[in-house]
Amino acid sequence: MIPEIGHFALIVALFLAFCLGVLPIIGAARDNAVLMGAARPLAYGQFVFLSIAFACLTYAFVVNDFSVLYVAQHSNSQLPAIYKVSAVWGGHEGSLLLWSFLLAGWILAVALFSRHLPGEMVARVLGVMGLVSVGFLLFMLFTSNPFERLLPAAADGRDLNPLLQDPGLVIHPPMLYMGYVGFSVAFAFAIAALLGGRMDATWARWSRPWTTVAWVFMTGGIAIGSWWAYYELGWGGWWFWDPVENASFMPWLIGTALIHSLAVTEKRGAFKSWTVLLAIAAFSLSLMGTFLVRSGVLTSVHSFAADPKRGIFILSFLVVVIGASLLLFAWRAPKIGLGGKFDLLSRESLLLSNNVLLSVAAASVFIGTLYPLFMDALGQGKLSVGPPYFEAVFVPLMVPMVLMMGLGPLARWKKFSAPELAKRIRWAFASAALIALLLPLTMGEWSAMVALGLLLAFWIIASTMLSLRERLAGRGSFMQRARGQPLSYYGMQSAHLGVAIFIIGVTLVNGYETERDVRMEVGDTLREGGYEFRFNGATEIEGPNYMAAKGNMTVSKKGKLVTELYPEKRQYNASGMPMTEAAIDTGWLGDLYVSLGEPIPDSNGAWAVRVYIKPFVDWIWAGCLLMALGGVLAISDRRYRLHRKAAVKRGAQDKSSMGNILATEGKQS
Amino acid sequence: MKPRQKRFMFIAVAVAALALVVGLVLNALENNVSLYFTPTQVFNNEAPHGRSFRIGGLVQEGSVKREADGLTVNFVITDKHKSIPVVFKGILPDLFTEGKGVVAQGRVEADGVMRADEVLAKHDENYMAPEAADALKKAETANAAAAAPASAPAAPAAK
Repeated sequence: MIPEIGHFALIVALFLAFCLGVLPIIGAARDNAVLMGAARPLAYGQFVFLSIAFACLTYAFVVNDFSVLYVAQHSNSQLPAIYKVSAVWGGHEGSLLLWSFLLAGWILAVALFSRHLPGEMVARVLGVMGLVSVGFLLFMLFTSNPFERLLPAAADGRDLNPLLQDPGLVIHPPMLYMGYVGFSVAFAFAIAALLGGRMDATWARWSRPWTTVAWVFMTGGIAIGSWWAYYELGWGGWWFWDPVENASFMPWLIGTALIHSLAVTEKRGAFKSWTVLLAIAAFSLSLMGTFLVRSGVLTSVHSFAADPKRGIFILSFLVVVIGASLLLFAWRAPKIGLGGKFDLLSRESLLLSNNVLLSVAAASVFIGTLYPLFMDALGQGKLSVGPPYFEAVFVPLMVPMVLMMGLGPLARWKKFSAPELAKRIRWAFASAALIALLLPLTMGEWSAMVALGLLLAFWIIASTMLSLRERLAGRGSFMQRARGQPLSYYGMQSAHLGVAIFIIGVTLVNGYETERDVRMEVGDTLREGGYEFRFNGATEIEGPNYMAAKGNMTVSKKGKLVTELYPEKRQYNASGMPMTEAAIDTGWLGDLYVSLGEPIPDSNGAWAVRVYIKPFVDWIWAGCLLMALGGVLAISDRRYRLHRKAAVKRGAQDKSSMGNILATEGKQS
Repeated sequence: MKPRQKRFMFIAVAVAALALVVGLVLNALENNVSLYFTPTQVFNNEAPHGRSFRIGGLVQEGSVKREADGLTVNFVITDKHKSIPVVFKGILPDLFTEGKGVVAQGRVEADGVMRADEVLAKHDENYMAPEAADALKKAETANAAAAAPASAPAAPAAK
């Protein structure tokens, strides 16, 4: 009964989404207040019914209802309770339901927090998001219904893929989806602005916080995914340039370009068309990510479906969305105009260059990811594009980008003088260069790549310090001045520092990691990087839904015990799948990473063991965290709270408060 | 600068950057693409010599042998018609099993043995890498084509 309620709720949600996608947009075009006013109630209704559907599926998982096909395929009565809940999005159908549910959540959020926007704009934004929702609900109901029954019911489920039985999976997909789906808000604002034909800077101001929130989720989601791959796949790698990772990385790159471009559009009125195009691109790439991952075109841990009907549906949906928005863009964009003027040497052109570099980087990832698909489709045979391609393209693109990234916050809008700027930055740059040249000597072998990476990282740090000093030094007490800076300024600096920390992590782990695959007898000792790893053998243990061999490794440095590590090799009962569970000792300066390969036959308990030393690897994720934190700071800025207060005031119909906001914002730029 | 010169500068910088990037991408693609071959193709000498490529197929039953060091593994990749022996030193992925799909990347030396630097087996026990599945299918059709003229010698003659 419960699954049927869920199914029914989906159908109702589809109906509501359809109304939401049509009525308010017609209302906005005809200036019909009743139709426009329908947007909010429809948005609330859609959210309620999708929540019901989501709750029904979760319930089916929790009570082990194996008469539901999807539950039987992705759960098992032995599965620990927390993974029963996360198994809801452990497969194709449930992921789609999660996607739709989150989209309904974003629509709800826009409906609730848009009181200060003109009714026409709200109607169009909610309408466009409603249309996106229609696409996904149709897809779900016609090709991948999560509530499909299995008759007769299975005695027990097939179990969730062991790789996915991990705390990382509980958070990673919802986070990432929040990001993917969140870009639909920026997209909807851009389309609404195109539909309305009024492309002033206001739409950028409205969509900025939404875009930043989506970007924060996406940054977090990708970072968690990377961290999960690092400790769960047992290979010690943190990024594989796997097509599925690339699918999430492309919208992130474009999204990063978008939040910078939005800033310019809002503050200077420049890049108007470009910003619209980026908003369309970011969401299109999010959709394409879903297409790549879910259609079964790419096979990996993430791709569940191998049903061509689904692929064709998503592909058509993609074509409709991208085609329609680009057509609209081509039709309306000439009206938008290019916006504010600026010089070749100006903060605008630095930001524009970085925008272009980020987009080009996304395009090069796109080429590398889709090239094998195209070649295969053209009958040119199967091939694969490996990580070396991406590294060879990415590094040369990111070097100028990072150099300009340090300059950007220091340069003036509209026009700066090169000699003057060079004079300001010379000490910052010189100290960064000096550290970059000398630091590798203390770490071991000096190499040009390490020095380059460190130069980039310390250049960001030094230029951030310089910017802080210029802003905070001067008259008045330090604290006063520090408090006087807008939070969004600290947000930007935090995100930029995050990039620096990230680069340090990547550079040092690539430059100085050591990886050893060795055969170890019980009692064997391996010396590596100043540590002694002693293998004390492995014992059989029994987990809740698996059997495992649990190894014991004592790590000591100069005779002193550092830590004990317990890597596991598991065999899951229901699926029979083996799984390597690495043991990691995490530290500020690096990780000790041990995982069990396989037992060596005809020996006294010997194992093939991986012993990795990963210097500064955690800085990679710490950097991502700082970037996300920067985004959070930026949206906590006072002016967004001012908006809300102003909106309340404006409820009493005075327009002067808008003027106040504009005045405060003018000061910040 | 006059507006026209300014616009020209922007365009010139953009075109130069674009050319640079296209060169970069093409160069990187040229050097870092690895092609897939089936064991039958490798047997027929269709695979490049002295260059790294990938072989897809199944791990032949009973072919996995470990050397005394515990790390060097010998196994055979087959498409059920032709087989290529592979040597790999290191730890194999969790899902590497006899009779299941596998992809190995490396060079084939003059002795016909592939020295693999990478062995991939994918994440699901039922799942076969499309490259492996493709290799089996190709070998099937190649074999059928090879068998056809033998069973019907009249066909080529009629031509």
